[in-house]
Amino acid sequence: MMAGSTVGPTRDGDEPGRSEASSGSASSGTSSGSVPSASFGTSSRSAAGVAPSGAAAGYRPSRTLPFGAEFRRQASRRRTQLALGFMALLPLIILIAFQFGSGEEEPGRGEFGSLVSFATSGGLNFTLFSLFVSASFLLVVVVALFCGDTVASEASWGSLRYLLAIPVPRARLLAIKLLVALTYSALALLLLAGTALLIGTLRYGWSPLRSTVAAQLEPGEGLLRLLAVLGYLAVVLLVVAGLAFLLSVITDAALGAVGGAVLLWILSSILDQITALGAIRSFLPTHYSTAWLGLLSTPVQTDNIVRGTISAISYATIFWGLAFWRFTRKDVVS
Amino acid sequence: MRSPFSAAWIRRALPTGRRAVAASVVLALLVAAVVWALWPDRPGFRTESAMLTVRSGPAGDEPVDLDTTLYLPRAAAGRQVPAVLLAHGFGGNKDSVRADAEDLADRGYAVLTWTARGFGRSGGQIHLDHPDYEVRDAQRLLDWLAERPEIRTDAAGDPRVGVVGGSYGGALALLLAAQDQRVDAIIPMITWNDLARSFLPESTGAAPTDGVFKSGWAGIFFGGGGNAGSGPTGISGNATEAPEGEPAPGPPSPAPGTGPGTAPGAPSNGGGPNPSCGRFAADICAAYLRIAATGRGDQAAVDLLRRSSPAGVLDRITAPTLLVQGGADTLFPLGEADANARGIAANGTPVRVAWFTGGHDGGAGPRSDSDRVKFLTAQWLDHYVAGTGEAPRNTFTFSRIAGFDPMGRGLVATGYRTTEYPGVDGESRREVTVTGPAQPVANPPGRNPAAISSVPFAGSLSSFLSGVAGDLPGQHARFTSEPLAEAVDIVGSPTVQIRAASASGEAVLFVKLYDVDQEGGATLPSGLIAPVRLTGLPENIDAAQPVTVTLPAIVHRVEAGHRLRLVVATSDQAYATPIEPTVHTVALEAAPVSLPTVAGEQIPTDALLWRWVLVGLLAAIVVGLVVVVAVVRWRHRRQDTSVHPAYADTPLAVRHLRKEYADGFVAVSEVDFEVHPGQVVGLLGPNGAGKTTTLRVLMGLTQPTAGEIYVFGHRLVPGSPVLSRIGALVEGPGFLPHLSGLENLKAYWRATGRTVADAHFEQALEIAGLGSSVHRKVRKYSHGMKQRLAIAQAMLGLPDLLVLDEPTDGLDPPQIAEMRRVLQRYATDGRAVLVSSHLLAEVEQTCTHAVVVNKGQIVASGPVEEIVGDSPSVLFEVSDPAAARTVLDGLDGVRVLEDADGQLVVDTDGTARSEVVAELVRAGVGVNRVVPRRRLEDAFLALVGENSRGSGDR
Repeated sequence: MMAGSTVGPTRDGDEPGRSEASSGSASSGTSSGSVPSASFGTSSRSAAGVAPSGAAAGYRPSRTLPFGAEFRRQASRRRTQLALGFMALLPLIILIAFQFGSGEEEPGRGEFGSLVSFATSGGLNFTLFSLFVSASFLLVVVVALFCGDTVASEASWGSLRYLLAIPVPRARLLAIKLLVALTYSALALLLLAGTALLIGTLRYGWSPLRSTVAAQLEPGEGLLRLLAVLGYLAVVLLVVAGLAFLLSVITDAALGAVGGAVLLWILSSILDQITALGAIRSFLPTHYSTAWLGLLSTPVQTDNIVRGTISAISYATIFWGLAFWRFTRKDVVS
Repeated sequence: MRSPFSAAWIRRALPTGRRAVAASVVLALLVAAVVWALWPDRPGFRTESAMLTVRSGPAGDEPVDLDTTLYLPRAAAGRQVPAVLLAHGFGGNKDSVRADAEDLADRGYAVLTWTARGFGRSGGQIHLDHPDYEVRDAQRLLDWLAERPEIRTDAAGDPRVGVVGGSYGGALALLLAAQDQRVDAIIPMITWNDLARSFLPESTGAAPTDGVFKSGWAGIFFGGGGNAGSGPTGISGNATEAPEGEPAPGPPSPAPGTGPGTAPGAPSNGGGPNPSCGRFAADICAAYLRIAATGRGDQAAVDLLRRSSPAGVLDRITAPTLLVQGGADTLFPLGEADANARGIAANGTPVRVAWFTGGHDGGAGPRSDSDRVKFLTAQWLDHYVAGTGEAPRNTFTFSRIAGFDPMGRGLVATGYRTTEYPGVDGESRREVTVTGPAQPVANPPGRNPAAISSVPFAGSLSSFLSGVAGDLPGQHARFTSEPLAEAVDIVGSPTVQIRAASASGEAVLFVKLYDVDQEGGATLPSGLIAPVRLTGLPENIDAAQPVTVTLPAIVHRVEAGHRLRLVVATSDQAYATPIEPTVHTVALEAAPVSLPTVAGEQIPTDALLWRWVLVGLLAAIVVGLVVVVAVVRWRHRRQDTSVHPAYADTPLAVRHLRKEYADGFVAVSEVDFEVHPGQVVGLLGPNGAGKTTTLRVLMGLTQPTAGEIYVFGHRLVPGSPVLSRIGALVEGPGFLPHLSGLENLKAYWRATGRTVADAHFEQALEIAGLGSSVHRKVRKYSHGMKQRLAIAQAMLGLPDLLVLDEPTDGLDPPQIAEMRRVLQRYATDGRAVLVSSHLLAEVEQTCTHAVVVNKGQIVASGPVEEIVGDSPSVLFEVSDPAAARTVLDGLDGVRVLEDADGQLVVDTDGTARSEVVAELVRAGVGVNRVVPRRRLEDAFLALVGENSRGSGDR
């Protein structure tokens, strides 16, 4: 249990750090003599600097772990950079893939298969296609990564207990972590759509949004619809965000949180395919995940969007509520 | 490691009581909900199937066997219930309407379904709803119902009954109500008014004898005896068999027992079975063969079809009538219901009309439509048959396809209503000019190739697939409008005036109205077209007289920016056209296309409700958040911030601390100590004694089970602000591996939200002594480097209390010595240090005070000197150990504990050291060194016991 108090088998046993350690000790050895006792001076330690709450001077719970600090913590991570970079790169890869196209395209399946055949008809359609192909899995993984990794990875590094010992109030820690994770998720979504729109427009032009399900939409109107689609996708992904975040709080393994959220999402998608489940299916978090396609028709079909939004927000609220409830009570033993 | 099978292990693996209860309750609820949702409903009815023999025919003496099923609601046991006669569509049988029958039985109606004569296992021949045959059969069924004790009656022999049916069954309902006044209400769906006009339509108003034969549909009915009409029978049709919105199943090949002439025991047709007639009655068969051969209907055939039509008997219907007609229906378009409605309403009989987007082509239509039809049906029956429920309002409801359902593969329809039925002419009209020159059009010889406007059963889907609706070059004339400035909602029959000229003097033409989008994609709403047969045409178009063509009624929205295109074609696959090749000329009258419109109010659906639910949900979340934040703030404010006066100047006071983990393991049972300014206190104990648990509680990472901790008099709970005055290293370092040491310290300090000036980075880095390595990534650090960085992090901001858990772990001896000095220096000026360790020497050398913990309890505490005490054992280094040993053994109470390498460890047991030395010297033994064994180890072992087993695995 007391893992920290092992008998120290690794007493400077680490090869890579060995020379550093000894040289470091040498330098500190020389300087140690010169460290005057005044180096821990009275400067900061005056009774006047102590708040009535007993806090150290300058400490205020509402100022701990500022959004910017957490944003930078996450920004410095390779996985954040890679995920965001891939979001920007994906439209480019799709574009290049289309350049290899022989021009023969199989007719898409279903009424919405036309999204594929219209993909190269303009920047808006290209963006829509990029979203269409990433919505069901890629975006789920990315959101699960940002939201599932955030607390669990701190726990596995051991830095979580130091944040709590600052002390960052637990609810505040969780709220900031959640906000930052959601910000990165939104950033990923916008990056994907923005890059796709940019290079799609450069390559295929600024033309109306087409689909077989409805009349073509003028670019201005089409852009609005595209933004609405993005908005709904973001709302649906809140379920993943909620689930991943809850798992992140429960487990100390970042992989478990991310993978667990994605697995459950896939499970829900599979169950949603089984029509025998009947009305139960509409309670599945993924049931309304494709309702955004209704935004492409004229007039806009919002019924399923509304239901999907209700479902997503309910699930996200429950998951986040559980996460906060759990985290503010649990013993941090990692 | 403990045995994996020990009871304790199992106990820990199992969830504890409260959690187990909560988990099982949640699980049970979930399972119950799923089971409840999936559990098949116990039918609320029982069925009785019987083969009834009824006598009908012109004289009422021809027996025929009818295959029947009676659905009796269970709830009505001992009570008389109203009845519903549920008729199936052409080609179907009593099982085609089972789903509807079950629905109605669940609503408390006794439902009688039967297979009409000429179909399935019933006997007899198909007389096409002949008043003497099919209608009289139904009258006999009413007699039979009146005899049943379960059925409510109005008078002897007069059951309380409504008649519901689609298509073939719908016409039967109308004809039965006209012929038998015992019927209390009827709901005919997607059925005809005039069968002659349906199969021989002519859109300029000419008689059916001049009509154009609808050969496609007629062939399906006659040849295949397909299940047309069994699909959209009405309430739910065959929605249980095919997904809603899907096109009805394609024309099936005659299945055994469903097609004419295949039923066992079918009566022979006259002298022997006529292979071309199947189970059709001879007169019907003959009429069909005549029409199909010539493509024209003679008067006899028309009369025969009229005999099977409600058109002539509508004035005799007194039963309140709900007419449901489908817009996706090229067989019986909306105009049929309109004619029925006008005819019945003329007598003052209550009539209500509803249009939906299904029909013979479109099936039951989208879900919202079938739900609406179900609701209207139930409402009508409840009021007029059961006598419960309010009188249905006389509103007219209709719906329009709004687009594809993104969730499924079907269509979505929007429902509208108006206060009064406007008919197919609409409430107002909108005129759109279409233009084009006079154009020659060729009639293809032998009807091939022909345009395709609709494929029977293809469904309304075909109207969206503009590729299917193909007009052939040379066979059609086009007249197109300018793009519409604003959208038009067409509800009803558009009209247009055309002129035609032909060398032959006669022309069969098909007039269609397309909706053309900006890209040129043309949509023919519901695939509906208007066939016309123009006679007496001049040769020159200039001499041609305009004729008004009434197109089939549609419900369609033409978006702004779209164009209207009027097409006049010479051929269509669904119709029998002249086979001679001719060329006509078609021109348009100056009059514009007249479009009927209805200002409908959208029927509120549950979508509106859901919208409010969403608003409510969002509001609830916002309110909930505000409440939670307010409660947290309130509790925070109520929190005791007073300073315990006794400990106001004490950096740390731990009182009666107890920590029991959820699995019942007691890590700390009673810990009680204080750390005063200037002290370096060592928390000493074997592995698992409870040191780290104590520190975890001290850092607010773990909730104590009991006891308090005061830091400078402030009560410490998880997240207490006073924690900011504690610097800690607990359970090893924890850093972001991808950042350098310096970046880690800076990131940590940023997270405190305090000013950089308070951090004292230089001093911390000096203590860490990492040199230039401070810029390397932490993941490349050795254990010792991380440890030093962690101590530096703990010292950031020079906290008043420094708590270090095994600080020397991983450090080499010079660093340990250095650390000792640092800690001693740190504990000055009111600061204090708490060091936990299991290394005795470290505590002894570093600390001023020590607290010894064992098995979760404090066994000793106080200044190190006090704990160590004046150790009774002394080490003597002598010149002659053997002699010395003899001397010492001779002294009273003195024991030699160890004897090695000329060194003796001696327990003097109260005897003064000087005395012992004197004795040795007196005996001639040279004493080189006398060292009092002031070692904590002894004290520790004395306190803890040599055997630390039992606590070591804590």
